[in-house]
Amino acid sequence: MRKALAVYRKELRQIRRDRRTLMTIVFVPAFFLLLYGYALNWDIKHIALAVQDRDQTAESRAFVSAFVNSGYFDRVADAWSPAEIDRLLDLNTARAALIVPEGFGRDLTAGRTPQVQMLINGENANTATTVMGYAGNIARSSGAALVGVEARIWFNPELRSTLFLVPGLIAYILMITAVISTALSVVREKESGTMEQVRMAPIDTFSFIVGKSIPYFFISLASAALIILAAMALFGLPMRGNWVSLLFAMSLFIAGALGTGLLISTVAETQQVAFQAALLSSFLPTLMLSGFIFPISSMPTALQLITTIVPARYFLVALRGIVLKGTPIVLLWPQMVALTIYALAMLTLASVRLARERR
Amino acid sequence: MDSNAPAVAAIPTDRPAIDVRGLTRRFGQFVAVDNVTFDVRRGEIFGFLGSNGAGKSTTIRMLCGLLEPTSGTASVGGIDVGTDPEGVKTRIGYMSQRFSLYELLTVDQNIQFFGGIYGLDARKLAERRRFVIEMAGLAGREGTLARDLAGGWRQRLALGCAILHEPAILFLDEPTGGVDPLSRRQFWRLIDTLAQSGVTVLVTTHYLDEAERCHRVALIHAGKLAAIGTTSEVKRMFEGRPILEIRTSSAVDAMRVLDGAPGVEKTSLFGTAVHAVLHSRDESTDAIAARLREAGITIDTIGPVAPSLEDVFLDVVDRVSGSGQSERAQRVSHASGAGRGAPASERAGESEGRSPSDGNDKASRA
Repeated sequence: MRKALAVYRKELRQIRRDRRTLMTIVFVPAFFLLLYGYALNWDIKHIALAVQDRDQTAESRAFVSAFVNSGYFDRVADAWSPAEIDRLLDLNTARAALIVPEGFGRDLTAGRTPQVQMLINGENANTATTVMGYAGNIARSSGAALVGVEARIWFNPELRSTLFLVPGLIAYILMITAVISTALSVVREKESGTMEQVRMAPIDTFSFIVGKSIPYFFISLASAALIILAAMALFGLPMRGNWVSLLFAMSLFIAGALGTGLLISTVAETQQVAFQAALLSSFLPTLMLSGFIFPISSMPTALQLITTIVPARYFLVALRGIVLKGTPIVLLWPQMVALTIYALAMLTLASVRLARERR
Repeated sequence: MDSNAPAVAAIPTDRPAIDVRGLTRRFGQFVAVDNVTFDVRRGEIFGFLGSNGAGKSTTIRMLCGLLEPTSGTASVGGIDVGTDPEGVKTRIGYMSQRFSLYELLTVDQNIQFFGGIYGLDARKLAERRRFVIEMAGLAGREGTLARDLAGGWRQRLALGCAILHEPAILFLDEPTGGVDPLSRRQFWRLIDTLAQSGVTVLVTTHYLDEAERCHRVALIHAGKLAAIGTTSEVKRMFEGRPILEIRTSSAVDAMRVLDGAPGVEKTSLFGTAVHAVLHSRDESTDAIAARLREAGITIDTIGPVAPSLEDVFLDVVDRVSGSGQSERAQRVSHASGAGRGAPASERAGESEGRSPSDGNDKASRA
């Protein structure tokens, strides 16, 4: 235990003095959060709006004015036919179209809820989501008690929102801090020769692994907590579930990621190789095959099969469940089992390889 | 003296600190260490000499419990490295050429770390820390980052970290690489002190002047032990084979003249001088000098010299690899400019790039 503690304290001290690693661990997550957060959300204003007012009543005109007066929409064109709206959207003259049907005023006065149609260019799913959110709010608050807004998103039927993406971002960032920093920290010791010196000492593989990975475990957890808190503050991420469940799921995932980093370090002899290996084995799958950006359900079957060995896939389901829906952890047991297997497999493989390397 | 029967020093009466019997390590087809047998007495400074790739480091790694021997046994501090490699690690200290310290930790923090992984408790660590700081002359620099230390200090700190746990046996793998002569001297004084206090030191080195400071040396070449004994013992392989040193401005021509001359066994270049090994004491210096003058070579000085370790080293390399006259030219081109005190590897390394045809050539001539 004393030996593990010595490794742990040494590692912490090194991290504190090593600006590069510290920057990677602290600033990259912050940078990613801002970058993605900005790309995903932020104020979208002055959306070019085409209007087809088929009612032409005082009520319908007031309704359209409410859209323009909100500041979010600029009325750029009036259309008289669905074909004209198609053309305006195709040419990108308008990013969105509002179609007020005949009988809107009559329905509103009669106390019925009129159906208003909103068409949004869905090339950018995130913009589309936001625009739809605005439209919904304006419609609801414009005189009538409730107005049904029917949205058709043409180019990207699967809707995604910031909230949906933040869990993916957390997985992604944890992969960076945990896999890369652990792998590099061991390989750096190989390069500098200190690894050989440590191998000459009577320290068992277990103490070494524990001492080496615990600092990164806590740093990764802190990093994840920071992202979640920032996402709550900046993007209104709800935390509907249990914090303990969240901590549990994250710990499992990080343990696996640390194991992956250690495993890579037993194979790679230089930092470049370690970085490449981490990139190929951890980042790319997390980015592409976890459901973070591309939905798994729309992948070819072969790729879908591959995703079953991407740990982030299970982590994302669990994270979205806990954070967005408040799903109790017991219902997420398949994901927890998968993450446990991943963590155990990686840590075992890493220990075996590390122990073999010592002989 | 027959090179196949290396000079063996008197066998110690007490149990040796390091006892190696028929140690062999293969990597696939390559035999890195080939049936090596030697022992090192308690409190002895034992020099391990050889060129790069000769098998020195592989041997040390096996003795430190880091590499499993393919066959043979080695006991270090009374513990068999094959059966209890972890047990060996508690009894040895190890320091390499790289002075493997943590650059981003201070002197104190390095000491704390290495003390920690050797399992020292707080009281013991404080005591050893004082000792190391004093020994390495690092008082007042406890808070300096290791990377900011000059070479000599780094080296002594690395040594200090390697002996924090008071090992009975110390392995030093080229411990003085890249350190200035003054620091090397200081370092060797520390080694002497340690040995006097009963620590057994096995040190590999390229510097033949350092080898002279060892109680005994072993020459290893191509994985085989080629000679072992005190430095004067190993030099005895030149008994009955005097060495002539010839100083001349046309050393290469002189070698060409002397190679194959009657009475001359072989020649080699030592800096700007030529060393000619003669077949027997009966050969006359004057006859050699006359032969050189005949060939139009101006001789500055000519006379017998005592064999140096470097002569021994070259002789061993030649014998083990079946050296011939034909490789002489190659050696000349490589060795020119290499001084007497230069690392032995510079010379020994030449034998590695040789084509097999050289050996055949020699065989046909012999």
